[in-house]
Amino acid sequence: MGNKKLSLWLLDYGIVLILLLLILIFSIASENFFSFGTVTTILRQVSITGIISVGAAFVILTAGIDLSVGSIACISSLTAALLFKAEFSVPMTIIITLAIATVYGLFSGALVSFFKMSPLIATLGVMTSLRGAGYLITDGLPVYGFGPGLSAFGRGFIAGIPYPVILMLLVFALGIFILYYTPIGRHVYGVGGNEEASRLSGVNVTGVKFFCYGFCAFLSGVAGLVLLARTNSGQPAAGVGYEMDAITAVVLGGISLMGGQGKLPMVIVGVLIMGVLSTGMLMCNINDYVQQVVKGLVLISAVAFSYVSLRLRDKIVSSAASSN
Amino acid sequence: MSDDVILSVSGLSKYYAKVKALDNINLAIKRGEILALCGENGAGKSTFIKLLTGAEAPSHGTITYDGQTYQELNPILSMSLGIAAVYQEFSLIPYLSIAENIFYGREPSNGPVLKRREIFARAQKLFDDMGMHIDVRQRVCDIGVAYQQLVEILKAVSRKPKFIILDEPTAPLTLKETAIFLNIVKKLKEANTTIIFISHRLEEVFEICDRAAVFMDGKFVTCKDVKDFTMKSLIASMVGREISGDYPEPRKTTDEVVLECKDLCNEHVHDVNFVLHKGEIIGFGGLVGAGRTETARALFGADPIKSGEITLKGCKYVPKNPRHALKCGVGLIPEDRKSQGVLLGLVVRENVVFSSLPKYLKMGFIIDSKREKSATAGYIKELNIKTPSMEQLVRNLSGGNQQKVVLARILSTDCDVLIFDEPTRGIDVGAKQEIYQLMCELANQGKAIIMISSEMPELIGMSQRIYVMSEGTITAELKRGEFSQEKILEMASVGRKSA
Repeated sequence: MGNKKLSLWLLDYGIVLILLLLILIFSIASENFFSFGTVTTILRQVSITGIISVGAAFVILTAGIDLSVGSIACISSLTAALLFKAEFSVPMTIIITLAIATVYGLFSGALVSFFKMSPLIATLGVMTSLRGAGYLITDGLPVYGFGPGLSAFGRGFIAGIPYPVILMLLVFALGIFILYYTPIGRHVYGVGGNEEASRLSGVNVTGVKFFCYGFCAFLSGVAGLVLLARTNSGQPAAGVGYEMDAITAVVLGGISLMGGQGKLPMVIVGVLIMGVLSTGMLMCNINDYVQQVVKGLVLISAVAFSYVSLRLRDKIVSSAASSN
Repeated sequence: MSDDVILSVSGLSKYYAKVKALDNINLAIKRGEILALCGENGAGKSTFIKLLTGAEAPSHGTITYDGQTYQELNPILSMSLGIAAVYQEFSLIPYLSIAENIFYGREPSNGPVLKRREIFARAQKLFDDMGMHIDVRQRVCDIGVAYQQLVEILKAVSRKPKFIILDEPTAPLTLKETAIFLNIVKKLKEANTTIIFISHRLEEVFEICDRAAVFMDGKFVTCKDVKDFTMKSLIASMVGREISGDYPEPRKTTDEVVLECKDLCNEHVHDVNFVLHKGEIIGFGGLVGAGRTETARALFGADPIKSGEITLKGCKYVPKNPRHALKCGVGLIPEDRKSQGVLLGLVVRENVVFSSLPKYLKMGFIIDSKREKSATAGYIKELNIKTPSMEQLVRNLSGGNQQKVVLARILSTDCDVLIFDEPTRGIDVGAKQEIYQLMCELANQGKAIIMISSEMPELIGMSQRIYVMSEGTITAELKRGEFSQEKILEMASVGRKSA
């Protein structure tokens, strides 16, 4: 019985051990890795994709997927940069930018729930269009040369922790609050687990999907603002591959691509693994191309593991039941 | 027809967990005969077929085919022996032509290149020979469901089987196609093909079959020449069991009409009329596919309504969707518990309050876990849900307890009209009794209940009135005292032709 509990624990939380193992490996491989400085670097680096991964988790919990997060982050940072250039105030810029970002998500939500489009294709289309739109509104040139904008936010920190990291933690807290303490969160799990049963239970399935895609795009917009705050310029080529990092982090965190299963707090571990990997490889002078190969393989392994773990869990649970 | 036996089974049994789907069947089928397989829903006909086609392996017993005895068959072996089956569900590929479907999976070819001309020519000849004049180049999705059924049959026939099983082949056919079908059967018989024929339209059994075998509750009842049966005696042997008396006392009902349905029509049902009183349990009887579930789904807003008028507690009621129906006080406990009822991945507590979360909020948007827990604890106690804790995943509960969880969820929404679709399917006897008790208590509290059930004893034992459905409409209303299994089955078998 002890064995079974241990196996189940490993399936749920084994990912933490992998994080620790990675930290150990990089600490041995690079003498500078294990330091407070590195911790701050990693956290600052993952804050943007961390914020996005909360939104991605909502969408994936409904058995959907959102590929457009990187493009939305990028176009949001461009939008904010252009607004700053047009001398809009900081609060107005933030409100307008996030409102527009949310609309992109609601559009994806409409495609998925009203037109029953495959989320993969719908958001692939949105992703490509917004990427192109970003180049169009900027003529493909970076947007810079406006006031301080959000740069104070990008550089500042409290008690040694950078503002963007604190924002990421707040976003996780918000996500956890919605998922576990409000009806809509309960419905997100229900819709992902069994859409038809949820509908017959009186759940507004369309509304739930709208909310998830909208929320995901909203957070991608927030991530875009953080991006702008850190560079204080709008780059039309920014944000490529964010969807990849966010989805990998979510799956590493144990959220099933089939929907309805997994816990959001564990996604933080997934986010950290992605950060440790890229920072660690950088510090060990592993080149960029290799890094990309590794990231892709991590995604594949994480997904493969989530299927294997489902089967293992069934086996463990049923063997426990029969031995009782 | 000779007395030469082509297939015989001995001691054939199939158990699913504790359920005996098929129990010790002994039957010999003669070469070249047309044997009807009769029985109510759940009598074991489909299981029997699955064992012959090798879709499932028997738990006990043997199958002897052409003198060779097998412990079990598998689909490939069964096919190579010349056994073919046509099921109720189609296995056609909609966007391929009729001819391509006929040869699907065994296309004549030169190496990797299809012999297209040959496919079309051979298929066309097959159809012409059967007196079915249709262009085999048409896509299957363009020909209508009746013709699809015939294509399905000819697909099996084209393999020149020695033994063919037809499961409800005439269900989607109208008179014209039925004539073609009978012609196909005649041709098969001329070729000395053995046929097992399953149909709920008993007239057809008398029309085309040589013998009829009757199953009941997974057991073999009898097998006689059709001419030794009458319609009455055949039905009697299909239902011939006593009704066990373990049902709660009949309840007093009021005359207060809660729900009235007038001329309800949609894609699946037509002209459905019934009334439901406060405190009453009415039963919906009929065969699978007669339109009972579809009526329930329409009342619950799960499927759109085309026309008709529903009155709920004196007001016009047009359910837009399940959410709206629940708000109006109409709840459905769906037929397929696992795919439509419970949320297997959520725990008991989350399932119970799933439909009524707005009742358990503080500040209007935060779930009040204290009230949520006390409400769940209340339902666990009231319905006697057996679970280690309210934090147990519903996946790990037994069928009966899952059903109670669904019931708790609906009850928590305070519905006045409850529709139970096959409430006791797949749950054990003890839990069944508890569900019956609960339904009666609910009726006594003034709820109005519709129960859809394919189990005759339960339908007769629980209902105050029974509406029988057939072919998408109500064919009879029976009052308590007029109930009999024979009467219900007769009204349930009323075909389109005689209606």
